[in-house]
Amino acid sequence: MSFLSGLSMSGGYGGADILRGCDISVDKGEIAVIVGPNGAGKSTAMKALLGMLHLREGTVTLDGKDITQMSPQDRVKEGMAMVPQTNNVFVSMTVQENLEMGAFLRRDDIYRTMDLVFELFPILKDKRDQPAGELSGGQRQQVAVGRALMTGPQVLLLDEPTAGVSPIVMDELFDRILEVKQTGIAILMVEQNARQALNIADTGYVLVTGENKFTDTGEALLADPEVRRAFLGG
Amino acid sequence: MHSWGGRAVLTDVFDALILLSNFVIIPVLTYGSQLALGALGITLIYGILRFANFAHGDLMAFGTMVTVLMTWWLQSIGVGLGPLPTALLALPVAIAITIVMVLFIDKSVFKFYRRKRSAPALFVIASIGVMFVLNGIVRFIIGPNDQRFSDGERFIIKARAFKQMTGLNEGLAIKVSQGLTISIAFLLVVALFWFLQRTRTGKAMRAYSDNEDLALLSGINPERVVMVTWIITATLATIAGTLYGLDKSFKPFTYFQLLLPLFAAAIVGGIGNPLGAILGGYVVAFSEVSITYAYKKFLKYLVPENWEPDGLVQFLSTDYKFAVSFIILVLVLLIRPTGILRGRVI
Repeated sequence: MSFLSGLSMSGGYGGADILRGCDISVDKGEIAVIVGPNGAGKSTAMKALLGMLHLREGTVTLDGKDITQMSPQDRVKEGMAMVPQTNNVFVSMTVQENLEMGAFLRRDDIYRTMDLVFELFPILKDKRDQPAGELSGGQRQQVAVGRALMTGPQVLLLDEPTAGVSPIVMDELFDRILEVKQTGIAILMVEQNARQALNIADTGYVLVTGENKFTDTGEALLADPEVRRAFLGG
Repeated sequence: MHSWGGRAVLTDVFDALILLSNFVIIPVLTYGSQLALGALGITLIYGILRFANFAHGDLMAFGTMVTVLMTWWLQSIGVGLGPLPTALLALPVAIAITIVMVLFIDKSVFKFYRRKRSAPALFVIASIGVMFVLNGIVRFIIGPNDQRFSDGERFIIKARAFKQMTGLNEGLAIKVSQGLTISIAFLLVVALFWFLQRTRTGKAMRAYSDNEDLALLSGINPERVVMVTWIITATLATIAGTLYGLDKSFKPFTYFQLLLPLFAAAIVGGIGNPLGAILGGYVVAFSEVSITYAYKKFLKYLVPENWEPDGLVQFLSTDYKFAVSFIILVLVLLIRPTGILRGRVI
């Protein structure tokens, strides 16, 4: 069984189900990417894994433990970290304070982790005393990922980390995410830029209307003519 | 101005400045500090619990009432602080009781709406209910009348002594209550900012105020943040109310009326922004005092003898001082709803 997995998840926000029996899982040292058309339930699937959505059916397990009934806060304590798509930094606080807040629950030495974050995103070290709200979009995303890494997570959930950043910044961000993967963290990502995301993915999930349409390695999905035609624009 | 001799002109200018200091500058600093401490409570509650707390004026009244009762008791057993008011000795107990009171109110009223994730308007209306209840409790216990509870020395510098010392016509007077208010407010503000900027809990409060969802994702416990916020608010409210009472007198209705300048201060500075609340406190105090002060005597020192104004040179009668806060409030909401230092938009 995978490190984090959601099996046959069904549910929505009241009303009709958005997720309809979808399976998502990711292992340590692996990148899984969820792609699909708008309204397919990509972000919803990720929220379900973090417990921000009540599941009508299905189970979520982390390291073999059933966490389906756990609150999001408790899942964070269990080692899950999430970078939301928007409003993902504390705009009025400095870069360093943002990182400190990520480590809020930790009682051990957080400055080693902070040095690692600064190594990963050197620009943040220069801007550590600047309010995060004054940074550019790409730099903010780095702060957001840095804050999540400060929790010392075993699983990192990224909701469209490259939304609204330039292609150059996007490539760089993906490179950094690959580096994070090397440290043995499980990474699950929802992405609009499907082609680039599948390029770095070990596993890709194509969701359509809340169901798994295709699941394969990133490479295989990129090579699949049907996936290319329907979701990657040829 | 009584002569054109150089020395006389200089003393006239000094006299005018001392007059201004006695009736405008020092009162503004004092009243402004009291408003700042009160507005800080309003702004903290707005930033963290996200509603305008209408019960804040009556919370100040409640805290002050406890101080007054404690002071009377201490006086009756003959305990005092010599030149300083006995109320300072009573203050820690009053703060503790007020903290217990707000935590009880939060648990019995606001927590219910928090759990239901109610709209801010519902919180505001609930706070109006709390306001009436607190108001009733205070009047029931201590009555609606004016209560004096200041004792000890009255003045730090007396006008007569100052006149004798300097030979000027006007004497500088600074009351103990004024000196206490300004210095205590300064110390409290420094302590509060140190807490918010440097401590783990303070930073968690700022994070929660900035972005609630992200604070939750960082593992910050919202109930703890809320509790600490109420504790700080109750402390500030009790101290602000007591200082105001020492400076003037304690009358429950006056504290209810303070709500208007307090909200004006919080909003002018930028609600949700603690620095703004302090700035706003002084802006409102300065506007109120400077517009209702009669400048006749002040001008008399500065203009040639036969140019003396006939009227009082008072822009508004002191009866209208609340109109000043109200006008400031309306103007800010119309022109710059985020306030001077960019708080949130109401």
